[in-house]
Amino acid sequence: MSSQENSESLPEAQAPAHGAVEHAGDPFADPGLPAHKPRIQDIDERAAKRSERAVAFLFFLSMVATVGFIASYVIFPVDKIVFIFPFGHVSILNFALGLTLGVALFCIGAGAVHWARTLMSDVEMPAERHEIAAPPEVKAQVLADFKQGAAESGFGRRKLIRNTMFGALAMVPLSGVVLLRDLGTLPEKKLRHTMWSKGKALINMNTNEPLRPEDLLVGSLTFAKPEGLEEDAEDFQTQIAKAALMLVRIKPEDIKDKRELEWSHQGIVAYSKICTHVGCPISLYEQQTHHVLCPCHQSTFDLSDGARVIFGPAGHALPQLRIGVNDEGYLEALGDFDEPVGPAFWERG
Amino acid sequence: MKKLSARRRHPLAAVVVLLLALAATGGLYAAFAPAGKAQADETAQSLAIDEGKKLYSVGCASCHGTGGQGTSDGPSLVGVGAAAVDFQVGTGRMPAQQPGAQVPKKKVIYSQSEIDQLAAYVASLGAGPSVPNESQYNPSGADIAKGGELFRTNCAQCHNFTGEGGALTNGKFAPSLEDVDPKHIYEAMQTGPQNMPSFPDTTMPQKQKQDIIAYLHAVNSDQSASPGGLKLGGLGPVSEGLFGWIFGLGALIAVAIWVAAHTAKAKKS
Amino acid sequence: MSTTTDARREAPAGERIADWADGRLGIYSLAKANMRKIFPDHWSFMLGEICMYSFIIIILTGVYLTLFFHPSMNEVVYDGSYVPLQGMHMSEAFNSTMHISFDVRGGLLIRQIHHWAALVFLAGMFVHMMRVFFTGAFRKPREVNWLFGFLLFVLGMFTGFTGYSLPDDLLSGTGVRFMEGAILSVPVVGTYLSFFLFGGEFPGGDFVARFYSVHILLLPGIMLGLMVAHLILVFYHKHTQFAGPGRTNKNVVGMPLLPVYMAKAGGFFFLVFGVIAVIAAIASINPIWAIGPYRPDQVSTGAQPDWYMGFSEGLIRVMPGWEINLWGHTLVLGVFIPLIIFPSVLAAIAVYPFIESWVTGDKREHHIADRPRNAPTRTAFGVAWITWYMVLLIGGGNDLWATHFHLSINVITWFVRIAFFVAPVLAFIATKRICLGLQRRDAEKVLHGRESGIIKRLPHGEFIEIHEPLDAGARYKLTAHEQYKPAEIGPEVDENGVARKVSRTQKLRAKLSKGYYGEGNQIPKPTAEEYEEITSGHGHH
Repeated sequence: MSSQENSESLPEAQAPAHGAVEHAGDPFADPGLPAHKPRIQDIDERAAKRSERAVAFLFFLSMVATVGFIASYVIFPVDKIVFIFPFGHVSILNFALGLTLGVALFCIGAGAVHWARTLMSDVEMPAERHEIAAPPEVKAQVLADFKQGAAESGFGRRKLIRNTMFGALAMVPLSGVVLLRDLGTLPEKKLRHTMWSKGKALINMNTNEPLRPEDLLVGSLTFAKPEGLEEDAEDFQTQIAKAALMLVRIKPEDIKDKRELEWSHQGIVAYSKICTHVGCPISLYEQQTHHVLCPCHQSTFDLSDGARVIFGPAGHALPQLRIGVNDEGYLEALGDFDEPVGPAFWERG
Repeated sequence: MKKLSARRRHPLAAVVVLLLALAATGGLYAAFAPAGKAQADETAQSLAIDEGKKLYSVGCASCHGTGGQGTSDGPSLVGVGAAAVDFQVGTGRMPAQQPGAQVPKKKVIYSQSEIDQLAAYVASLGAGPSVPNESQYNPSGADIAKGGELFRTNCAQCHNFTGEGGALTNGKFAPSLEDVDPKHIYEAMQTGPQNMPSFPDTTMPQKQKQDIIAYLHAVNSDQSASPGGLKLGGLGPVSEGLFGWIFGLGALIAVAIWVAAHTAKAKKS
Repeated sequence: MSTTTDARREAPAGERIADWADGRLGIYSLAKANMRKIFPDHWSFMLGEICMYSFIIIILTGVYLTLFFHPSMNEVVYDGSYVPLQGMHMSEAFNSTMHISFDVRGGLLIRQIHHWAALVFLAGMFVHMMRVFFTGAFRKPREVNWLFGFLLFVLGMFTGFTGYSLPDDLLSGTGVRFMEGAILSVPVVGTYLSFFLFGGEFPGGDFVARFYSVHILLLPGIMLGLMVAHLILVFYHKHTQFAGPGRTNKNVVGMPLLPVYMAKAGGFFFLVFGVIAVIAAIASINPIWAIGPYRPDQVSTGAQPDWYMGFSEGLIRVMPGWEINLWGHTLVLGVFIPLIIFPSVLAAIAVYPFIESWVTGDKREHHIADRPRNAPTRTAFGVAWITWYMVLLIGGGNDLWATHFHLSINVITWFVRIAFFVAPVLAFIATKRICLGLQRRDAEKVLHGRESGIIKRLPHGEFIEIHEPLDAGARYKLTAHEQYKPAEIGPEVDENGVARKVSRTQKLRAKLSKGYYGEGNQIPKPTAEEYEEITSGHGHH
């Protein structure tokens, strides 16, 4: 819409420049800038001297604080902890350096501002504004220049040049895009598999030893990793990000989900520790309710009912690992998870 | 007490003691109980059970049932063990004051000897973890760093990095562990009070529990260092953000008001 | 001949240097325009300076930190001086951050200044943006600068996110994991994006180094450019000012850059730096040693991002877990919808200036800052937006609200789900009414004067309070604001009975305009006649 179309909805012309009284009768007219009133420092030289001393004192204090900073740096050992009320047992070096640096900086600022506020002129003065938009003749000149330039280039006339140039410019960034290919490997089926496979023993995260069913009591919570995954392995982080396992023991009669019971061993159920929402290690297990809560976004799963979601933003149940006992009496996996662990993704299906 | 001392000399006392001691030390508990317990101890034990039963029927039976079998108001105590009693009563959680999502820590109303008697009685109902002795939970010489790793694996998800506590579902919460008695921390791991899962010695050996206690003592006691200054509750970015807004930006706005304010004008004389 | 050389010899050294520079850089012309440039005094005009200075502090301390930080995820075993981590496996990034905190003298201070300044920087930008919003300082000619500022805020958020992720600690690692999950939720390309970002599967060994170059070069580089452009435009447009005697749309009243603002603004830099240094001395921030190194199988409760990302955390926490599986593909709405609302929340405030200028159809320049009450609809919109943002922040910290106020996280989550839709509406209505009330009070004050608190008894026994008439300056200040009339589309049928084409957008605009400026949506300013009538009837009050 043009500005004319709705000009009637705009207020009347904007007020004239400062100071001008529109017409004498208007009670709301701009009375103009009030006369400057002096500060005490403007009329009393002693007050001005006091201000001067205050500013100088602040600058001096800053110098002292900088000396204090350097002294603190030299004097206090980096590992010395001291009790300072009310901050607690703090590093004396950090405390001393921070305070002295803070004071040194603050005093420079305070001095400068006090100087400006009390000793520099505080006469307020107006400066005229000028319209940002160019006057019409300038605009006309620019448009004419542009037209001339455009015509001289032949840009509009020589379409072949124009089109091939656009084509070249559009294509050349593709090289950059192609170069990004090696940022990462392709997903392939990587998100579908974990380190778990048939026969892998469940290793206790705490003791690094295989678990026996009798180790796990009803109401206990244990975390496990697959046999063969050591903490100093190069891909430990990436593997544990998928393979982390949470083990709880529920009285078999309390397990509501039939498949869960089948996949358990004497009520010991093994679920992925990785939340199906966005991948936090979920493990806030409430042993009386059998609920497990995610500390990041509060998705809640019922471990006695197939780990289905009962609250929060997760979209599907935690994957269960099918477990059994090997010949030596240790808990083992009976295969990999039968669905991808962790957050859902487009290809998950 | 006089009555009790008198009964001790009853001819049948030895039989009673024997029976009760058998009940109290039966099952798995036998495995945990230190060997070579003297007969005299057992005598004292049986008396404790008697006293405990009295205390129990006054303070606990209304919710947990006259025989500890549990009611709709409180769970069964058969098999929870002495450690559970020592924790629950010793931290003031029991007896509970009012029903709610969770029974909170309160002022302890029983003396330690009464707690021991209650514990003895409950332990007599069914085998369960016994109260740990100091050598079990004393953290001196434990591996603090290993304790930290164990804490982050097993505990931090509910109790926060350094044990400041956190929320659970429907109003339940994991309490702060600041300055909690090492014995109670040990018992909590052993028994899994209320909704906390247990971490039995079979999956988390005693040594590791000591490591965890040592770690907590190092990072969350009134002696713990916070090198950077105020630890702001140890709650992470939320309290840091609030502090930054209130004291950081707040102070800077106060300063800005001073910088921009007009200097006081001289009064007309 | 000799006169010029004599003059040159006599000129002081400073002048000769200035001459040299002028001959090459034209500094005299530059100084002529800017040296005595006028800046108006108001505390809220300094909020932007807080941002600029904290940004400079962040750059200075950040450069220092790069001297010691190793942006590498290679695994090392900690053997530094912090006992509770000795012997732990950790990345080199975490290890070097521990080294900065415990073994480099003053390293902890610089780290804490860097992080505190970042929180203050973002908080400052938020408040600065709100100041500009509520005073209408985004209007022509400043719309472009509004967008620059908005971009700085958004880029600041991401610079902050990539920054606090660098130490590779358990808390930030959890945040990065969340980001991975969010990226995975993107339909069709999500999995590929995630693999390209992390160099393969999460967490891989690349993201710290990649975040590092984004955090220290790419984003701050863009931000520095934007900030310079932002400042140039502030200089070019000259600052807005509040209406007052002698302060009009055609001038700017204040004190000159040299010397007053040189001292005040220059001094303010040191004040900001000083305050942040003191905070870094007394308050701990992001104590990574207490948090521990990142492991994808460990977590702590109370896992939150820094405050400026908190509203996105709220969005993701309160979203129901919708997930659609169709034809072998998964649409993770429970994560993807919040991911879409996240920029929408920000965009809602960013595009507002353009909506308002479309509704008013006003093409004039505005240099007088509005008092928020005099633009009730805009103010109400702004408060509604802040309410929205705050509701989400509450959602982002629902677990801490729960533990500290003995509430249930489930109840808080439900509260936030409902308040997300309801609270902004209530805030809008309440704010608008408050604004109109304040406008009425202003009109009342102009017409009847200020209540003096002096009670007078009239001869016939009546008690009245004496109202002191306002002086001309105060009257002008309270009536200087402009009031639009609601736009009319006019009759849809002209005098010849021919239907005029009225587009739907025109109708919408008319409706909005009525909502902004129609009857009951602003209190008419007192007119000169009303004033004459009341003041001539003296003694009545």
